[in-house]
Amino acid sequence: MAVVAISKYDFAPADTRDKFHGAQLLYIGWEDHLLFCAPFCFPFPPTMRFGDVVAGPMKAAFGYHPDFARIDWAKVEWLKSGKPFAPDFDKSLADNGLGHKDVIRFRTPGLTGIKGSCS
Amino acid sequence: MDMQVAKKKLGLKERYAVMTRGLDWTPSYQKMEDIYPYIAYEGIKIHDWDKWEDPFRLTMDAYWKYQAEKERKLYAIIDAFNQNNGHLDVTDARYINTVKLFISGISPLEYVAHRGFAHAGRAFPGPGPRVACLMQSLDEIRHAQTQVHAISNYNKYYNGMHDFHHMHDRVWFLSVPKSFFDDAITSGPFEFMVSIGFSFEYVLTNLLFVPFVSGAAYNGDMGTMTFGFSAQSDEARHMTLGLEVIKFILEQDPANVPIVQRWIDKWTWRGYRVLTLVAMMMDYMLPKRTMSWKEAWEVYFEENGGALFKDLARYGIKMPKCAEQIALEKDHLSHQAWRTFYNYAAAANFHTWMPDEDEMAWLSAKYPESFDKHYRPRYEFWREQAVKGNRFYNKTLPMLCQTCQIPMLFTEPGDPTKICYREVDYKGDKYHFCSDHCKAIFEHEPEKYVQAWLPVHQIYQGNCFPEGTDPTVEGFDALGAVLKYYNLEHGRDNLDFDISEDKKNFAEWRGQATKNI
Repeated sequence: MAVVAISKYDFAPADTRDKFHGAQLLYIGWEDHLLFCAPFCFPFPPTMRFGDVVAGPMKAAFGYHPDFARIDWAKVEWLKSGKPFAPDFDKSLADNGLGHKDVIRFRTPGLTGIKGSCS
Repeated sequence: MDMQVAKKKLGLKERYAVMTRGLDWTPSYQKMEDIYPYIAYEGIKIHDWDKWEDPFRLTMDAYWKYQAEKERKLYAIIDAFNQNNGHLDVTDARYINTVKLFISGISPLEYVAHRGFAHAGRAFPGPGPRVACLMQSLDEIRHAQTQVHAISNYNKYYNGMHDFHHMHDRVWFLSVPKSFFDDAITSGPFEFMVSIGFSFEYVLTNLLFVPFVSGAAYNGDMGTMTFGFSAQSDEARHMTLGLEVIKFILEQDPANVPIVQRWIDKWTWRGYRVLTLVAMMMDYMLPKRTMSWKEAWEVYFEENGGALFKDLARYGIKMPKCAEQIALEKDHLSHQAWRTFYNYAAAANFHTWMPDEDEMAWLSAKYPESFDKHYRPRYEFWREQAVKGNRFYNKTLPMLCQTCQIPMLFTEPGDPTKICYREVDYKGDKYHFCSDHCKAIFEHEPEKYVQAWLPVHQIYQGNCFPEGTDPTVEGFDALGAVLKYYNLEHGRDNLDFDISEDKKNFAEWRGQATKNI
């Protein structure tokens, strides 16, 4: 469907990639860890190495949780748009096929939050 | 000025006809569609505007008389409350945070409602709804004013309320109520009437005004209670306007039914999402609780709203489908909202805290299916951490829903352990949603919602810093710059209640009233 209007209705979207000063947005959610109320939104250059995202911004954002230090990254299961995804830690976001406003989630088997409550 | 007084008084019906219908005329040298350009494009067909009658038969002179009387009483009580330091009689300084929520989140909406009804009234060719919309428009601006006047007393003593209108247009979570009304007033006049006049005023306003106002009364806030009562007597008329207009639209042409149904579906959901703020206020922010969010939803929506939709069934209108999902969320909504504000207490214009043991027992009793299992463990963890001096302040910005603009905090219907993710590709870009309903609203009018002013994205675009800020300098403090843009003072207007100036001052001032110091 399309919006009904009295005349031509044509406006630019507010959040296209060109508006982020060289960065692109990446959303990251940690499954079963609702101590963090929602997935996070990060601006990263597409050339950023995936492993650096994990070691830097992800650690800063999720590190408060006691489970974070216990993650075995080799066992982590990743999803992109809800479908299984296998990121290469040595490649860039772009080379991993991650574009502007993509959403990824990671599940850490065996780690299910505070007292197993998915908190 | 001397006025000529008619010797014989007109009856109510005649008087109403003279003061409304008598003001209307048929244009002879301009085309109707030029005078009323907004009336046809939404697809609503009206064949006879004279079929709409204002059940209150309210005229302007009567309006002034009634409202002036109410104003006199209202301001007398507000003055008495202020002069007697009524702000120290509230249950607990935590309560004042609900007033902050109200002044920055709700009162500016009253003002936008004033604009919206003025516009809708101007757009309708029928004199009956036109005059009734004018009255409501005046009510709404009066509500904005009386709320500002009543709450200004708190602003003298407590933090976070000093620039509420500026904050309404900027602070991250206030984009939720703001976008709700912006969406409504940028719709056509008929959709505006269904969105605000019907879905909000008729279906959802009880869930806003009754808990807020009875919450104020329960917690000793005479000022808020009084403006609430003063407004509530107008709300009855607003609800009737909403319902009578929707019935009128439905009776005029069967082609109107599916259009109206879609609007009801959309606006019930959008309104419910805004009420997330009310849910957490009821369950967490009122030191003395009136009823739980879940109980309120059951009484005011499931029972009252259920009866209303049964009544509308004869027109072919059905209960909005979203009611099924809302029923699944009622055990979780307030807890999920409060944990979000607890996370982002560094960027809000009010304080948050962890419920104490008694309050957790209350939550557990009111939410036996969900509280102990899902929410208590994280609260106890946060409380332990706070005691250790490690209070959690989430400094990474959240992902937002493109439609309701709320952080993606909601869980899958029926599974409170999994965040609900939905997405759409539209013209080469991705858009994300918290629910099937927000996704469906976007898909119907994507051109509208791609323009959404999402606070997180705006911050990353560099649009939420004070003018002249250079975010590229070394050691740039992004949160500090954003708070300056919001006009919030870090460490004073935000962070945890336990370390707040509000808590400290309230205890000291109240102590002075009861001790020899």
